[in-house]
Amino acid sequence: MRAYKPKDNVQAKAYYTDRYYVSPQVPKLHVESDEIFAADLEAIKAKVDVLDAYIQVEQMVVFINPSDNYKVLELLRDECDYTQLSEMSAIDWLADRGGFEIFYQMLSMNKRKRIRIKMFINKGEAVNSVEKLFRSADWSEREMFDMFGIEANGHPFMKRILMPYDWQGYPLLKTYPLQGDEFAAWYEVDKIYGKEARDIIGPELRDTAKVDRYDSERFARLGHEVPKGTKITGNEPKNEQNYQEEGGVFMIKKFDKKDSVVVDDPQR
Amino acid sequence: MQVKNRLTPFFENITFDREDNEMILNFGPQHPSAHGQLRLMLHLQQEMIVKAHPDIGYLHRGMEKMAENMIYNEFMPTTDRMDYIASSSNNYGFALAVEKLIGLEVPRRAKVIRMMLLEINRLMSHLFWLATTALDIGAMTVFLFAFREREYLMDIIEGYCGARLTHAAIRIGGVPLDIQDTFIAQLKTFLDKLPQNIKDYEDLLDTNRIWLMRMEEVGVISKEMALSWGCTGPMLRASGVAWDIRKEEPYELYDEVEFKVPYSDKGDNFARYRIYMEEMRESAKILYQTIDMYEECVKSNQTELMAHAPKYVSAPKLDIMTQNYSLMQHFVLVTQGMRPPVGEVYVATESPKGELGFYINSQGGPYPYRLKLRAPSFWHTGILTDLLPGHYIPDVVSIIGTTNIVFGEVDR
Repeated sequence: MRAYKPKDNVQAKAYYTDRYYVSPQVPKLHVESDEIFAADLEAIKAKVDVLDAYIQVEQMVVFINPSDNYKVLELLRDECDYTQLSEMSAIDWLADRGGFEIFYQMLSMNKRKRIRIKMFINKGEAVNSVEKLFRSADWSEREMFDMFGIEANGHPFMKRILMPYDWQGYPLLKTYPLQGDEFAAWYEVDKIYGKEARDIIGPELRDTAKVDRYDSERFARLGHEVPKGTKITGNEPKNEQNYQEEGGVFMIKKFDKKDSVVVDDPQR
Repeated sequence: MQVKNRLTPFFENITFDREDNEMILNFGPQHPSAHGQLRLMLHLQQEMIVKAHPDIGYLHRGMEKMAENMIYNEFMPTTDRMDYIASSSNNYGFALAVEKLIGLEVPRRAKVIRMMLLEINRLMSHLFWLATTALDIGAMTVFLFAFREREYLMDIIEGYCGARLTHAAIRIGGVPLDIQDTFIAQLKTFLDKLPQNIKDYEDLLDTNRIWLMRMEEVGVISKEMALSWGCTGPMLRASGVAWDIRKEEPYELYDEVEFKVPYSDKGDNFARYRIYMEEMRESAKILYQTIDMYEECVKSNQTELMAHAPKYVSAPKLDIMTQNYSLMQHFVLVTQGMRPPVGEVYVATESPKGELGFYINSQGGPYPYRLKLRAPSFWHTGILTDLLPGHYIPDVVSIIGTTNIVFGEVDR
């Protein structure tokens, strides 16, 4: 069977994968193998439903229902001593599973343990804001909204944080191209010169690696330089490039291409 | 005459005559003491700030997006551009996260070299912090002194990797090079002078009336506030939590070296300043110990610098040049990229600014499915929302100074 490749994922993809290649897995351990984590998991299980739990790379991962996130984080902070929310964000699974996975990375300084709480929300759903529990979620949730368009209910200031306020589109979605979309190409032109100047200026060049051989306004071709703005037809004369000073430098005789002879006799 | 277009500003920097007699001051994004592109909207009652609204994103380059479109090794130089004052610590954080994901064990000699680089970077960052903060507050001499010392360190780093700011000096699986012959001698010369240098700075600042007025009892962060806002590093330690990841969750060989974790329960600017100074001394201590560790490695003839894992890490240069299979492996690793196992990992390291975390979600492909950069400065900027109200305009400068934010990593 052919491997499933989501068509609306425009991120870079491996150009070759062996058909019999099976990815190894990062080992998952049972939660019972660690006493502290086991106790924490019991405390969570007593309050809410736990969908899945395991230990991966020294940290416990707990899957919960999205409606329980506030309860769980409150429990972890007040009863299990996880005093800091180090990080939270989302992962785009729209193409495969039709939603987002959201993770909360918690840290307990007294226990020296880290827990990751994960939950899955469907497209278009919002999450409960945990900003009241951890002030750090104020900016994290704004960043999540900015990058994925996931709103947090009860957040005091749900606005974009890294992108401009009037930006359209959510950059970290898998459907969003790396160089930006149509809106991004016109954003600065519209902002600075106005929509009416679109025809004169043209869209912003957002592919930093792009070189246009026929554009003499922004690019020059080494060895084929022409005055700026010249229309290039393809027959422009070759400019000889000489990198050595006239008369040569100390110990080095000036190399002149015209005077040199190319020896192609193998018997010489 | 200026051509009329939409570049003409929409608003002036200051708005007066609002109904409630509040003045709105637009601080930045091009303010010399904002340490980058920070825009602060400050609501003022006379000279007192009643509301602060930090606005970021002026240096946003979309590194997380870029990471999803790059193979793992390709992303390494990009991490330099996060905290560009101490770029090896970012390289290291990323390398460690990928190594944990793969399950690589790095050779001891590489670990020692990495620790040397990390601590040199810490010193560079702290010296830079001291210089710029002192300059903001008006202590020009300290600025010149601290930059002079930082220059020596940058020379050492330049000798090692050829770059002064964006080092890319660490690879996934180890380090690319052994340290140069002059490295240890240069470092020792520097370290022998450092205590006197630090004392010079302290003599200039510790009892300086202006410095004390700007620092003491200004910008007090309580323990609860620091924890709630996700503060880490010196910001957290100045607020009474002795939490240093090097000590508590040791990586590399930090469990073999002796050092102390300075902390204070004052939480003000001055406490933070003292912690930076003490941390420089501790870093110097660690560096002395790593020199001994390195010499032991040389004596016991441990020459390996990269981990041996043909699936993930290219073979040494000699093998690539002499053995066909190593060359093929290298070719595949460069063109297609390594494919870590399916899984996810969050690894935190203690960068000079605080907890630098890398969350990587790998789906077994050569590109990370999701990479989240947890940069400490992001929250150290966020805390300004709650910290600034109640302070006066000149305090803004000293508070931004002691939070030690770098916009490369706030905006990523």
